[in-house]
Amino acid sequence: MSAVNLISAESIKLFSTRSPWWCNLLAMVLPVGFATAAVLSWPTDVPISVTEVQMGYQFGMMLVLVMAALAVTTEYRFGTMRTTFQAVPGRSSALLAKTALVAGVAGLVGLVAALGSLGVASVLHPVSDLGLGTADELRAVLGVAPVFVFSAVIAVAVGLLVRQSAGALALLLVWPMLVEPLVSVIPTVGEHIQQWMPFVAADHFLRGERSMIADPVLSPAMALAYFAAVSVGLLAVALVVARRRDA
Amino acid sequence: MIEARGLTRRYGNKVAVDDLSFSVRPGRVTGFLGPNGAGKSTTMRMILGLDRPTSGTVRVNGQAYHELDQPLRRIGALLDAKWVHPNRSARAHLRWLARTNRLPDRRVDEVLEAVGLAAVANRPAGGFSLGMSQRLGIATALLGDPEILMFDEPVNGLDPEGIRWIRGFMRDLAAQGRTVFVSSHLLSEMAQTAEDLVVIGRGKLISQCTTAEFIDNASESLVRVRTPQAEELRAALARADAEVRVEVETGALLVSGVTTQLVGEVAAAGGVVLHELAVERASLEQAFMRLTDDAVEYQTTALPAPELVTAGR
Ligand SMILES: Nc1ncnc2c1ncn2[C@@H]1O[C@H](COP(=O)(O)OP(=O)(O)OP(=O)(O)O)[C@@H](O)[C@H]1O
Ligand SMILES: [Mg+2]
Repeated sequence: MSAVNLISAESIKLFSTRSPWWCNLLAMVLPVGFATAAVLSWPTDVPISVTEVQMGYQFGMMLVLVMAALAVTTEYRFGTMRTTFQAVPGRSSALLAKTALVAGVAGLVGLVAALGSLGVASVLHPVSDLGLGTADELRAVLGVAPVFVFSAVIAVAVGLLVRQSAGALALLLVWPMLVEPLVSVIPTVGEHIQQWMPFVAADHFLRGERSMIADPVLSPAMALAYFAAVSVGLLAVALVVARRRDA
Repeated sequence: MIEARGLTRRYGNKVAVDDLSFSVRPGRVTGFLGPNGAGKSTTMRMILGLDRPTSGTVRVNGQAYHELDQPLRRIGALLDAKWVHPNRSARAHLRWLARTNRLPDRRVDEVLEAVGLAAVANRPAGGFSLGMSQRLGIATALLGDPEILMFDEPVNGLDPEGIRWIRGFMRDLAAQGRTVFVSSHLLSEMAQTAEDLVVIGRGKLISQCTTAEFIDNASESLVRVRTPQAEELRAALARADAEVRVEVETGALLVSGVTTQLVGEVAAAGGVVLHELAVERASLEQAFMRLTDDAVEYQTTALPAPELVTAGR
């Protein structure tokens, strides 16, 4: 069974219901909206940085997490996962095809969101020299795409492990929004552990020294590699579990 | 060809399928019969590799299900007509499924046409009636044009028109030389469609035989004979160890414990003329209930009959 066919099957699934369209649309619109609001509330004579303009990526990321998790959990909810496994009894190849598709879409959405934010900000705030000139600026803008890609991989894995929408979404939204930021509260070790939290690492990759980590061990590039490794590791575990479990 | 050998499945300490061995012969309709909770659906999920057997094996055309390349072209199944995303159109549902096994999109329109859903193909499947959902499920099973088809209680909940359509459809599939394996908890239903039966109760095999044999064995059958030479036939049958009674009103003989063949042969050997030779049997459901009696999973304790109030008389 060729990968192309399986990815094509997954893309028919993903785009033949409405909610992925809404999630993806919002995942692009919200960051751009945030950039617009940030620029409009910024003093017109003080330059705004690219990193500042891209802050809204987090809203897009939440929606990408929702879109990717639902792509899995609705299949369990409506029993189409069984039909999928019946058609592709190896299971992993179908699940990898789904991951590839969802992650690819997430990457495109991230790219559009980031470039859109940059474009809107440049138009609305001509004083700032917003561009992709420096390494930091490149990472802050183009880096949104890989961050969305691996976020989607994490969400697919969590969806496979949890199998139901409410649980998976609660976990995926509470974890990066509440758990990771609060880790630093743990006395003495908190600050050190926090930089090993996957979404904190992703944020460090995008925002460099402006991220919440005070004393980073990993370089921004290594932080992305770490985020990617976590997502792939989680997916590997989820694939093994999905193979073994009753469908 | 489907072959189960020692198939066993436990859920916790509940044994849903218990050392089950049977085979489904090619080119016939085989009924899979058992009361509620007998393990029919569990067995079918194991055939499709969806649930893992605790022990034992089941093979489709000699291969384990997960070894099949493009399995939809080998075996099509309808286990649950509700396994469809409610907001996805019937056509989109079939299109993604076709893509996984490299089936052409043309095939999607063919099966939609075959089950009579072409006109509603672009409507969301969530709005379908049970009968339409069942048709979509059958379209799903037919998609890969497989030689083996498996249906789990396909007529459940359908109106008489829907039932007739499904029965006809299964007969057509068998007439095309396909293997059909279909479950039910009603013997009368199976008697109309299946040539062979696999009967289970509480996960265990009760019987595998042809439907005719099963019905013969299951129901205590009486052979009813009318003949002008009643005395001669009665004597001949008694010599063949058959138990014979005389129906008082008509004078017909009622013979138990024998087949019509035997009675016919005894009569011919003795030169006896027959005017009627027929089987009379208890109802199929009674017979089935008796066979699976101790194999029924959820038995209801009969409510005590209300006592007749005789006081005051
Ligand atoms: N996933 C499961 N977890 C626990 N028990 C299960 C599971 N699936 C089935 N069972 C149990 O196994 C037994 C057999 O169930 P199964 O659904 O296979 O029976 P069935 O013959 O299809 O019944 P019905 O005619 O009601 O559809 C039942 O007692 C059921 O409760
Ligand atoms: Mg069942």
